[in-house]
Parts: sequence; C-alpha cells; structure tokens
Amino acid sequence: MTLVTLDPRKAKPFPKAAAELLRDTQLRKNVAHATDVIQRKRAAVVAEKEDWQALRSAGAEIRKEALRHLDTYLEQFEQQFIQAGGHVHWAEDAVEAQRIVLGILREAQATEIIKIKSMTTAEIELNQSLESNGIRIYETDLAELILQLGAEQPSHIIAPALHKNRQQVRELFSREMHLPDLTDEPAALTEAARLYLREKFLKVKAAVCGANFLIAETGSICIVESEGNGRMCLTLPDTLIAIAGIEKVIPHFSDLEVLLQTLPRSATGERMNPYNSVWTGVTPGDGPQNLHVVLLDNGRSHVLADEISRQTLQCIRCAACLNTCPVFRQTGGHAYGSVYSGPIGAILTPQLYRLEHALSLPYASSLCGACYEVCPVKINIPEVLVYLRSRVVDRNRGKLASVFNQERIGMKMMARIFLSPQRFEAAQRMARVLEKPLVGKDGWIHWLPGLGGQWTVARDLEAFPAQTFREWWQSRPKAKGGRQ
Amino acid sequence: MSREVVLNRVRSALSGSNHEPIAPISGYRLTGILTDEQRVQLFESRLDDYGARVFHSSRQNLRENIATTLLEGKKLRMVHPAGVPESWLDDRIFWAADSQSAGDGLPYTQIEGFDGVLTGATAAVAESGSIVLQHSLTEGRRALTLLPDYHLCILYEHQIVETLPECFGRLKGSATRPTTFISGPSATADIEMTRIKGVHGPRFLDVLLFGSVVPLTSMP
Repeated sequence: MTLVTLDPRKAKPFPKAAAELLRDTQLRKNVAHATDVIQRKRAAVVAEKEDWQALRSAGAEIRKEALRHLDTYLEQFEQQFIQAGGHVHWAEDAVEAQRIVLGILREAQATEIIKIKSMTTAEIELNQSLESNGIRIYETDLAELILQLGAEQPSHIIAPALHKNRQQVRELFSREMHLPDLTDEPAALTEAARLYLREKFLKVKAAVCGANFLIAETGSICIVESEGNGRMCLTLPDTLIAIAGIEKVIPHFSDLEVLLQTLPRSATGERMNPYNSVWTGVTPGDGPQNLHVVLLDNGRSHVLADEISRQTLQCIRCAACLNTCPVFRQTGGHAYGSVYSGPIGAILTPQLYRLEHALSLPYASSLCGACYEVCPVKINIPEVLVYLRSRVVDRNRGKLASVFNQERIGMKMMARIFLSPQRFEAAQRMARVLEKPLVGKDGWIHWLPGLGGQWTVARDLEAFPAQTFREWWQSRPKAKGGRQ
Repeated sequence: MSREVVLNRVRSALSGSNHEPIAPISGYRLTGILTDEQRVQLFESRLDDYGARVFHSSRQNLRENIATTLLEGKKLRMVHPAGVPESWLDDRIFWAADSQSAGDGLPYTQIEGFDGVLTGATAAVAESGSIVLQHSLTEGRRALTLLPDYHLCILYEHQIVETLPECFGRLKGSATRPTTFISGPSATADIEMTRIKGVHGPRFLDVLLFGSVVPLTSMP
C-alpha cells in the first residue's frame, strides 16, 4: 500500500511526489494501459459526431451562462427544489458540510450509509469525518469499493482505481470478502462485488451522493453512472443527501441534450453510459421521501471572482484531460496530492486553496494543449496554467526581491541580453564555448550546475547548433533580383 | 447564515464582470435525417453494441411474442407495473402487479425475487441506444426496473427518435417526472477498463419493438 495524502495542505510538491511514484513500474503500466484504452474509445465515438465542435461550444456556453448568473440560478434551483419537497442546505466550507450531513443522519437515526462515487465528498473528506462520528459507510461504486477495502486513495476522477490491475483487485477481494477461490477475471470480480453489496442496498436506510448537474429551471438533480449502484442509492433508501459544489448548476432541463452527448463520450468513450437518473424532489411512493441537498462553496466563489480562471468552474468532471495528458499518463493521479488530479486538478486545486497550497501544480504541465483540445466544455487549461504561474511568481516577488536570489539575477541578465541584438549574439557565441564540457556525445546536455539543474533533473537540453539562424542569414548567398 | 454568506460571496465575485451577451447556443444537430426504417435499425444496432437483445412484433401478436420471449428465457415469474395493459399478459406466465400508490407497492425484497420485470417506456433514442422511462403507469416506480435481474421493455417503433435533442423536445412537458435513461444492461469498466456487462442493475435487457400499426393518437 502506498502512503499517499490527497490533502493539498499536507501533500509533497509535485516534482517530489512524481519522482517517487515514477519508480513504481507496475503503477505506470496500469495507468498507461487504462488511459490508452479510454482514449481509443473516446476518439472513436467523438470522430463519428460531425457536430462535435458545435457541441463543445454549446457545452461551454451553457456552463458560462450558469456561472455568469450563478446567484440567480442557485436561488432558482433552491426555490424549485424546496417546492418539490426537498431541503436545501448551504455550506461555506468542508467542515460545515460535514456537520450538516452528520446532523441530517443523526436526525434520521441512521448509523450507516450507502454511497455513490462523488468527487465532492472526497474533496471534503466526508468519509473520514462521518466514520469518526460512528457512521458506517459502504462505498457502492466498484472502483470506490476497491479503494475502500484497500484503504487507498482515488487516482482518477472517473476511474478512481485505475492504478490497480486485476491481480491486485483479486488479492484484495479474496482477502476482504473471504473468497479464497476467486479468479482474476474482471467478470468474476464484478460478480463478487454485486453479491457483497446487494444485501447493503436492501438494508441500509440512508444514502449520500454527489451531483453531475443541478437543474435550476426544474430543481432537478442529474446523476450519470454505469453500474446501477447509483440508481440503488437514489431509489431504495428513505433518506438521501446530495452534496454538490455550487458551480454544478445548469440553467435548463434541455441543456442536458448537449451535456449528455459530450460527457459520456469524453468520460468513458461511450455514446451513452448505461444509466442517467434525473429526478425532482420527492415523489410519493417512489424513492427517498427525506431528501436533502447541500450546496458547497469551499473556495469556489473565490475562483469565480477571477475572470480568467473562472472557466475552471465550467468543468463537468469527465477526466478526458487526465487521459490525454503526457504528464498524468506517466505519474498517475496520486502525484498531484489532491483528489482532483491531471490538468484540471493542476488548475482547480491551487485555486480552491486560494493559492496558499499546491503551488507546484500549475508547473506540472508541458503546456502542450492536449487537455484544451479534448475538453468538452472548452476550458482553456493551458491559458489558466500560465496565468496561475504568473500569480505564483507575483506571490513570491517578496522572496525574489533579494539581490542574491539566483532566479532574480538570472532573469535580470536575460532581460538585458534580450534587449540588444549585439548582446544576444555575443551571448550565443559565449554559450557555445561555455557549454562544451557539458555536452554529451549524443549532442545533448544531461546535467547543468546550480539553478539550471532543476531543468535537467527531468529533461535533457539540446546543445547550441554550430551555426545559429542569424549567422546563416548573414552568410547566405544573396538572392539575384526579386524583392529585397 | 451560510446561505447569505455564500450567495453574497457569489454576488460580489460576479459584480465586476462584464455581462456581454453570450453566444447563442446552437449549431449542433437537432433533428434526425434517417428514414423510419433506418432509425429503427440504428437503435437496434446500438442496443446490440450494449449487449441487449431486440425483437420485433406486430400488434396482433404482441401477447404471444411477449410470452414466447419469456418462456424461452425461462422467465416464468414476472412482475409488472399495475398500469400495463391486460392484453400483454399471457396466462402461461405468473404475473404480479406492483402498485405505484404510496405504501401499496410490493416490498423490495419481493421485487428482487422475481425472474424479471415487464414495462413500457416513454421514449427511446436511436443515436445513443437509450430507453427513457418517466415511470408512468406502464413503467412503474424506479425500483421496479432496477431490482430484478431481467428487464423486458415493450416499445412502439414511433417512440424512437433519432437524436437526443429530439428526445428532450418530447420530454419538455414532463421534465419534473422522475426520469431514467437506460442504455443497455448495467456495466462497469472499473477493472483495467474492461467493460463488464451486469453489475447492480438488471444484467439482461430485452426490447420488444412493436410495429407502427397503431395511430399516434391512441398511444399512452
């Protein structure tokens, strides 16, 4: 078992955590395999949609509109939800949300709950908080069950146990469910989970879920899932508590006609996932009669205030950016030290913590832009990454003010060099001489001294060419005639 | 009160932003282009991809075809919503009706014990291979199509639309009803991204398509 913390306040900086995880070759194999499979499936079902770009744009506009008038839509949702027989709670932060959920469960005299996979509850560490108050929790999503039985942390937004392979799952289930003869066929493992959970579904009287979408117009909640564990939790218990970030609201019921085309294709590479549930409040004789929603801020209003990084909140948690990211595909999710990993995690996590924690994450990217290209709601993640880097630098300007700071001296020198063509050419010539002892036989620099070493610790640097472009330009044969 | 605190934070976060009108949400495909026959074929091939089976029936033979499908699959003890037409229910099968009135429904443990459930549907989408239930009298409460291991869904061909936007057009008037989109039997890909059919929801889904012999106006 790897000791991983996904609390950004305590997690190691990304380069450190990543360097450790990269040594786990099994983990890298598992992550590479899983992300390859999802990407291939996604590419196929996206390619067959001729209107894919229009769907992306429409999805982006729906989410932008929701955020631009978030207060109005939240109030509209609240009003409709209450009218339909539900109770609405507001939580400023994680601790308040935990307290609200515990209060509802105590009032309902519930000592155990069944739970649908929810990133928001992972964000607020709901399980730990409820368990310490004597509530027994049964995770019902297969991947979440794997993590719960193995006391592990999620590593992916959609497939949180993607870092485990079938042999590892077999070993775990066999031990925890007392099934010595279990094989490592995914079908057998799934069947074991089905039998293990069936009894809980029929017995446990309270459930906790997240929300994919809150619909302002109707006061409905939408849950997107595959296994049917979601439907079990949404219909069988008497008490149901949904915990949703305030950004999850969308204006209209019909907005789903766009988002339910883009979300499943982006998330699991399916034209449609097996089950979507949309329901509005309490229906007599059908489903939970004691229905609550907790609207969670926990840093989101702070993200909303910044017009460049506001787009982060457009996210519909499909995880396509994780699967396509060359960094995530090497490190897996745990290196990000947050339940939100990959490119979206790299921009969301530091912002949720008001740039007080997780400041290495905006740098955990090569800025290749693949994440933006696959995003179904067109979040320009590279733009936000660069913007957040600038804010991290601004924040550290105090430290940089020291005249002896290496980075500051380096940047000042670069600025002077770039200001004059003569200095620039001289610097190039000088560098070509100075680099000589560092260039390997293959023409690459693998090690740099001092501050430059931070670059070469994870990358190689190509040596300067024998002739620069400017030198070639000067020496080229002059064109005859034509325009100069 | 936290409500005011959160809403005020949101309002002040938005107060400085410029509110230029957003681009109109359009440009994606709203309506289908296929013929009736192609649409039904597309729906069938999608369900086939998901591992569900599709059968056809004429209106006259519906009762017989339902019975045959069930007998062949050895589904002899079936549950159904109380609103399902009597004419669908053949005597060779044991039928139990579930009431939707609060408090009158069968206990969950009993529903789970049946071989399967028979229902109608509200609509279906060819492009995504989805069946939409809004849990009306012929579709039953939500637990009814969830707990049994087998679901036989009776669908009129004209209930199938081609695109998701067309489907949402049809659902507009009933948006606040409980709504369930079912796209194949339950599945998971949580172990090595290998798709496994059948987890907690019904593991087996059959759809019986029923020719458009009946005029639209007499549909439930």
